[in-house]
Amino acid sequence: MTDSKPAFTSIPAVNVRGVSRVFSARKGAGVTALEDVSLTVAPGEFVSLIGPSGCGKSTLLRLIADLDAPTSGSIEVFGKPARQARIDQDYGIAFQQAGLLPWRTVAGNIELPLELHGLGKAARRRRAAELIALVGLSDFARHYPDQLSGGMQQRVAIARSLAESPSLLLMDEPFGALDEMTRERMQNELVRICAETQAAVVFVTHSIPEAVFLSNRVVVMSPRPGRIRSIVDVSLGDMAGRGEDLREDEGFFRALSQVRDLLHGDEASGAGTRPAGARGVETR
Amino acid sequence: MTRQTEPTQQTATPTRGVAGPRRRAILHPRLRGGLFGLAGLALLALVWELYKTLGPADGVILGGITVLPRTTDLAMPHLAVMAVRLFEPVTGAASALPLWQAVLAGALFTLGIAAVGWLVGVTVGLALALLMQRFRLAESAILPWIILSQTVPLIAIAPLVRRWGAQIQFGEFTWESWMSVALIASYLAFFPVSIGALRGLSSPDANHVDLMHCYAVGWWKTLWRLRLPASVGYLLPALRLAAVSAVVGSVVAEVSIGLRGGIGRLIVEYAGAAGGDPGKPWAPIFGSILVGLVAAGFVGLIGLFLRRFRRGEISL
Ligand SMILES: Nc1ncnc2c1ncn2[C@@H]1O[C@H](COP(=O)(O)OP(=O)(O)O)[C@@H](O)[C@H]1O
Ligand SMILES: [Mg+2]
Repeated sequence: MTDSKPAFTSIPAVNVRGVSRVFSARKGAGVTALEDVSLTVAPGEFVSLIGPSGCGKSTLLRLIADLDAPTSGSIEVFGKPARQARIDQDYGIAFQQAGLLPWRTVAGNIELPLELHGLGKAARRRRAAELIALVGLSDFARHYPDQLSGGMQQRVAIARSLAESPSLLLMDEPFGALDEMTRERMQNELVRICAETQAAVVFVTHSIPEAVFLSNRVVVMSPRPGRIRSIVDVSLGDMAGRGEDLREDEGFFRALSQVRDLLHGDEASGAGTRPAGARGVETR
Repeated sequence: MTRQTEPTQQTATPTRGVAGPRRRAILHPRLRGGLFGLAGLALLALVWELYKTLGPADGVILGGITVLPRTTDLAMPHLAVMAVRLFEPVTGAASALPLWQAVLAGALFTLGIAAVGWLVGVTVGLALALLMQRFRLAESAILPWIILSQTVPLIAIAPLVRRWGAQIQFGEFTWESWMSVALIASYLAFFPVSIGALRGLSSPDANHVDLMHCYAVGWWKTLWRLRLPASVGYLLPALRLAAVSAVVGSVVAEVSIGLRGGIGRLIVEYAGAAGGDPGKPWAPIFGSILVGLVAAGFVGLIGLFLRRFRRGEISL
């Protein structure tokens, strides 16, 4: 099961150990958004979190990003506590909403993190131009967000998350608001970008094909309380080799139905004991 | 299929394509606004003259209450009379200035005081808003008092301010009456600013605040890069309101404190002379309108410089 990714021996990009997060309510017991979740993401690995809404995907991502703190358990990013990793700017992040500042141009938005961290003007310009080219928006550098379509805005947000060349990318349904066509194009672009930047990615989605197409491993989660049901190793080859034709690949469909079975497992029969488990799914 | 893959490339161009013809078809929005303003003014003048010509001399009285004013030359002079009066000397004295000059001098005097009051009010309002944004506790402690402060009538605080002011004196500095007026103007001006700025500073969505947190930047940088720019859309109307409040506050405070030299004083003075000179009291009223327009125009100018930060807003 460890054949797909390089560098499993080095410090993991993300190491989540026995993490629970309980949101206390004013009355009652509160919501257990995550219960005893453990997950390791290797450097350069693309891991998707998938599951029905409310199963704690965003919560897990926010914990890794240190936007929230776990109730118990520990989270390390590149061997450091999550908080230190955030302060050291070890990750880039993109949310479902592009979240661009409306008063800044495309270039200005991408430069924002660089500017906040004191990079000089010339270096900023150069880096922004690079990234704008990377996401294919060179003709729109001086445009404002309200002049862009949703897909373009999301591309700007992704470029912004890449601005400081992070070795970890955290993405919470970044393509959730896009139409199917734009979405597939963005996925192809993301695959290309990941191949170029060699960053590890934790990617939240609720689209099964998206998760399978993009990932080395797909983490299937179940709700109430949020848990990792199992992890599917997609093993479709490394990022550089992924193209449009992968969507027609037999392995792609096999992984697709595996994830689907796991997701719908709890409705059909007892969870975890499905035959799917025997088809190379690592169950935790 | 391919047609649908493209929308990302297309949408930006049509936006401009649409804006182009629209701008050509109708006048520039700002100019159009100005024309509408002038048309409104002309309509008002027309109504005034029409009512004066057609309305009953004793006004319209319903159940003992005058609903529409009398139309005598004394109560409602012709607009022409008001205009002509502007170019006649203030009094019969040989050395008297033309009325418009006296009013203009008064208007400038009041404008100066209102400007000081506005500046002080805006500073205090912004400071309070920042304090309330920074500390939740401050918000619950201060906000009710800010709102309560505006329920105190101006007439009540004017004498107080004057009395307190008279006791202030250190070294070369002595409190002067105009300062009391400016202080009262600022008392009115700070209110909209503090409320508007607080709303503006809290307006960025959680997404943006999270992003700043991810970038590990502190409160000041978040303020400068996110909260202040985001608050411009809320701040400008507040500043305009503050400007108008400062002008009204100055005029009223001049009267209640008895400061000479400004529009407020002229309004009182000329009203007394209205008996044989119906055009005269209108001059300082026009003067105060002028001050208000200049003040609002100044804020409009600020808005022009900050228009980059108002992209989200719908502009006519
Ligand atoms: N800030 C919060 N306060 C209280 N409950 C929360 C909060 N954030 C998330 N939750 C709860 O935690 C659970 C998981 O939420 P979330 O991580 O957003 O799910 P997902 O992203 O998988 O749809 C949900 O039941 C949600 O109501
Ligand atoms: Mg979510």
